[in-house]
This record gives sequence, structure tokens and C-alpha cells, in this order.
Amino acid sequence: MTDAHTLFDKVWAEHEIVRQDNGECLLWIDRHFVHEGSFHAFNQVKARGGTVAEPGLTFGVADHYVPTRHRREIANPDIARMVALLKENAGTHEITLFGLDDPRQGIVHVIGPEQGLTLPGLVIVCGDSHTSTHGAFGALSFGIGASEVAHVLMTQTLWQKKPKRMRVTVDGALAEGIGAKDIALTLIARIGADGAQGHAIEFAGSTIRNLSMEGRLTLCNMSIEAGARCGMVAPDETTLAYVRGRPFAPQGDMLDRAAQHWQTLHSDADAAFEREVTLAAADVVPIVTWGITPADALPIDGAVPDPARESNPARATQIAEAIDYMGLTPGQKLTDVRIDRVFIGSCTNSRIEDLRAAAAILAGRTSKVPGLVSPGSTSVKRQAEDEGLDRIFRTAGLEWAESGCSMCVGINGDLVPPGERCASSTNRNFRGRQGPGARTHIMSPAMVAAAAVSGHLADARVFLAGRKG
Amino acid sequence: MEKFTTLSAIACPLGLANVDTDQILPARFLKIARADGLGRHLLHDLRRDEAGNERPGFPLNEPQWREAKILVAGRNFGGGSSREAAVYAIYDSGIRCVIAPSFGDIFSENATKNGLLTAIVSQADADAMTAALVREPGRAMTIDLERQTIAHAGATYPFAIDPSRRERLLKGLDDIGLTMGYADRIAAFRTRDRALHGWKYLS
Ligand code: SF4
Repeated sequence: MTDAHTLFDKVWAEHEIVRQDNGECLLWIDRHFVHEGSFHAFNQVKARGGTVAEPGLTFGVADHYVPTRHRREIANPDIARMVALLKENAGTHEITLFGLDDPRQGIVHVIGPEQGLTLPGLVIVCGDSHTSTHGAFGALSFGIGASEVAHVLMTQTLWQKKPKRMRVTVDGALAEGIGAKDIALTLIARIGADGAQGHAIEFAGSTIRNLSMEGRLTLCNMSIEAGARCGMVAPDETTLAYVRGRPFAPQGDMLDRAAQHWQTLHSDADAAFEREVTLAAADVVPIVTWGITPADALPIDGAVPDPARESNPARATQIAEAIDYMGLTPGQKLTDVRIDRVFIGSCTNSRIEDLRAAAAILAGRTSKVPGLVSPGSTSVKRQAEDEGLDRIFRTAGLEWAESGCSMCVGINGDLVPPGERCASSTNRNFRGRQGPGARTHIMSPAMVAAAAVSGHLADARVFLAGRKG
Repeated sequence: MEKFTTLSAIACPLGLANVDTDQILPARFLKIARADGLGRHLLHDLRRDEAGNERPGFPLNEPQWREAKILVAGRNFGGGSSREAAVYAIYDSGIRCVIAPSFGDIFSENATKNGLLTAIVSQADADAMTAALVREPGRAMTIDLERQTIAHAGATYPFAIDPSRRERLLKGLDDIGLTMGYADRIAAFRTRDRALHGWKYLS
């Protein structure tokens, strides 16, 4: 091993408890988030008669199943049971719970950063694939399955094998109206939905340095959609400024000591990456998905691909299947694709900047289709209301709801009806993701707003002309 | 966890690429406890129409493949959501091995934890197996994890698997038991780490 290490290697090394000859390492876990869906894991703990090793480092969040409307009394008994079950498990094991009535409630990957639980250099896990989000702080953060959740609950550790390292460098200035979601979809379209499988991504370059924490969160969130194990951005002044003063963040001397340490968390100049990908910010344009994987993304001025023109037969079949499911025609211009509804929310794009970007386009305009806006957390909701954004959404004809995973995954009952087409700020356009038969186009919140006011997929830049975004 | 050493069984050619965990077990079935039966919801929306009737032509609905214990799929099987219940749905419907050119990372790990083998083959071999299974659907396939081979219809294909996953499957190893054996080292780590990085600890 040389003296040059990547950011990923540095954080990993600080957490290694045991290393076996086969490369498996036992890692210490600094933060563990659980949600309603973690019940399988709690059942495993119970079946073994086990206990939670570090309740003080474990946090429960009600987000996946919570209703976003009328939630004082949950009408659906199955959903009520799921929310109650989390409360019961959190109570039994003395885990802090951000429950339904808690003012800190929200989507797990939004509230971790918001509450100052997410910090640079930590290892963070959660039984949810978008745990990659927290990597925006220079944390090593990844999604795990229920058996691993049970393992972390009982031992505060996890066996892991080092993934390969990939660096994605983005340089240059992004044009007005273009953001982290456009970078993410551009990358995934380039390398594929499994393009980063087995890799930990580090995002670097001047474009990334100039992104806000919120943009970095969106980008790291989407790294799982490229198949990556995790995504990371080295902490810097932007990170420190975000962390300072958050409820669970270190303060005073502790913060100074932490900040000193965080300065060491960056890839050394000659650290080696197994794979390097570069993008020019100038080449990133507003982009939407047309198909059924996030890699099926094209610039908004493009057209639905034609399987007959695809030389690779396997790819041609996939294109044909996607077009069939999505109800599109080969060669159809994307801006001619009419939509039935819109959704703004999810851990990808529901933070305050996302809501502002959508509101900038919706202000003074009317949505041609119905839609739902679900803020990433109850505190984002309050802030948006203080800024008057809720009124902009309501006046435009959209519904302003409570915070939760909502129409990202539809398990709380917020569904896109079969056959309907939704412009969505979420992360997955898989078949049926937003409900059986639902057709999802994913894009940035600004692009969702542009689609809302147009009634079809549209270029956000057109609606920003003459306005401040 | 049940060990996996060898398996001789009927294999079903699924064909499709990018079968994500939302397809394997749609979100609305996630509330169901494993004991209440997840196997019957495997690939629900691909397998059944809106009214819940089986779609004719979907491989798992065909009489010759209904009892398959092996699936041969396209690339990127099990990408997306980390839901381990997707593995429960596969395993509890009787399937013990999925063969594909690549798998979602979290899915493979979840599979290993539950005794489901994820065998990685080249795209060409996956295509060859699929063609052979369509030609001779009644012929069993034999998987040997020790030797990392798949034998079917006179051909033998090698497959790849992470060595530690292979070992855990072969021995039916239980991680939690293994980890508990390191309790002293974990405690020592925590003490040292807390002295070094006190800011990480919340109380
Ligand atoms: S918003 Fe969607 S992607 Fe994010 S945690 Fe919830 S279900 Fe997962």
C-alpha cells in the first residue's frame, strides 16, 4: 500500500475492527437509522432473544408508511399497525424515535443531515438503499438488508468487503436552471443503471465543490441508481457551515476538534481509483427519463428512442419493453409527452432548495394537472410555509401535504393510478414503482414544475427566463 | 441458515434484464410478515394481470417451470431497493439459486444471508443456458458450489461468486455468532475510538 489514500479508504480504515484473510472486515457503525420497514430485523432480534447494543447511536424514523394527509387518525389499519410497530420496537429498545407527531419527523435521509446526526467521517447505515445520500458529508453511508440491520442492532458492527473506488469528476459552471439531479441522470445515462456496481463513488471537481449541501445530497442519493455501493463528497467549508449549530452536531471545543479531523478527510493527490469518469458541467442539460430504469434518460430536447434503430438486439428488446410499458411511440418528441399528474418529494429532491426551485417556476402560474408536494421533513414544511412557498403551490393548484416517502414508493397509499403518467422528482422510474401500472418520468423539481404548468414534459429554462431561480 | 453445496433441479429461464427488487416483490406486499407467506407474491406484477390472473406466457406460469428451483435471469438482477423481503419471496417460493450476468450488491448480500445462491455467469453463457432451457425444459440443471460449475444438457459453465459469500453458503455460517466471538475487540475498539473521536458519540 502506498501512502496515498482515497477519502473512502481513510474513513474505512478508521472503522476497521477486524480484518480477515478473505478481505472481510468488521466495521464499527456510528449511526444506524431504522424505519417502519425494519420490522423484519426487530423480529430477528426478538427470535434470538437479543438486545440492541447501542440504542444511543440508533434512531427510528416514521417515514415510509406515514400518511401525508389526515394523519391524526390513520384510516388504513395495516398502515396504522406498521407505524405502531415501529413505536413499540423503539420503546422496547429505548431508541430515540422521530415519530409521526414529532416536529423533527421527516424522511430518514432528510432528517439525518438536518438534525446534525449525519457528520463527516462517520459510517452510517440504514435498511434503505438511498442511505447513500449521507455520503454528501464525506460519510461512508450505505443501504443494508434486514439481516444486516439485525446484525447492527445486536452488535453495532457489520461485516463488509471493500468495494472498488470510482471517481466522478465534474468541472465547470452549471447553466441556470440546471442542478444536481441533471448531473446524476446524465451520469447514470452515461454509465448505466449498473455502471458503478461494486464501486464506491467519490464525486469531485469544481462543479461539485460549488454545489450546496442540498445538491450534494441529491447527487449522493442517486449514486445507488448507478448501482454504486455509496457516493461521497469530501467535506469542506460548505459542509462545516451546514453542520454548525444543528441539534445533534458537536459544539464548541468538540466541534473544533471534529473540524480539525474532517480536514484530513479528502483523497490524497496521487490516490488511485480503479475507475475514473469525467463530465463537463457545460454538457449537463435538463434531462428526463423516458423508460423504466434511471439510465433511460435523455435531454429534454430529445426524442423517444426507436428500437428498430438499435444495433444491439438485447438493448432493442429492452427499449421496446420500456416504450410499451410507458405508452410512448418511437421517435416521439419528449416535449410532446403529455402528463397526468406531478409529484414533488422524496429524499432525492424535497429539501428547501428543491421546493424553492419548483416554486420559482410555479409562482403566478397554474398547473395544468393535479399534483402533490410532500416536503422532505416537517421542519422543511415549516420553513417553506414561513417563506410562503406553500401558497405558491396551492395557488398553482397543487396539494401541499405532510412529510413522508409518499409517492416515491407508494406504500402509504399515495399512488399514481394505473396507466397514468407522472412527472416526478423521485429517484426510481421502475415499472410500478409509484403504483401498479404507473408511468414515471423522473427529473429535477424545476423540471417537474415546468411539466406541471405545461401539461407535458418541458424545459425548465423556458420558464425561468426573466425570473430568478 | 441452510447450507448450499449442490443442487439438481429444474431451472426457469426468466430472460429479462434489470429485474429490480420492486419487480421481485412490489411495495404493497412489504407489510406482510414472512411467516404469513411472501412466496406467492414473487414477481407479482410481471406474473399476474390487474385482476390477479396469471399472464400466460410468463415463464414461471408455464407448467414445465412452475416447480423450478433455479432462475436464469438477465443482467443487473435485484438492483434498486434494499428490501430483503425480495429474497424471502424468492426463497420461500422454493427457489435456491439465481443465475445472472450481474446482481445488485445489496441483493447479493441479502441472498447470501438467507442461503440463496447468486451465481454470476457471462452474458454469453446466460444466453446459451436460456436457449438450452427453452429447448429442453424438463432437463435438470446441476449446480456445484464447491467447484463453481453449472451443468446442463451436456454443457458445463463456470460461475463466479465472492469467495467469502461462497464460504458462508457452503458452511451455512451465521454472522451474528461469528461477530459475538469478537466482543472483546469490539469493546476495545469503542474505547479507543471514543478517546480519539469523542465528537462522534452522542452521550
Ligand atoms: S423517499 Fe423513497 S427513496 Fe427515499 S427513503 Fe423514502 S422510499 Fe426510500
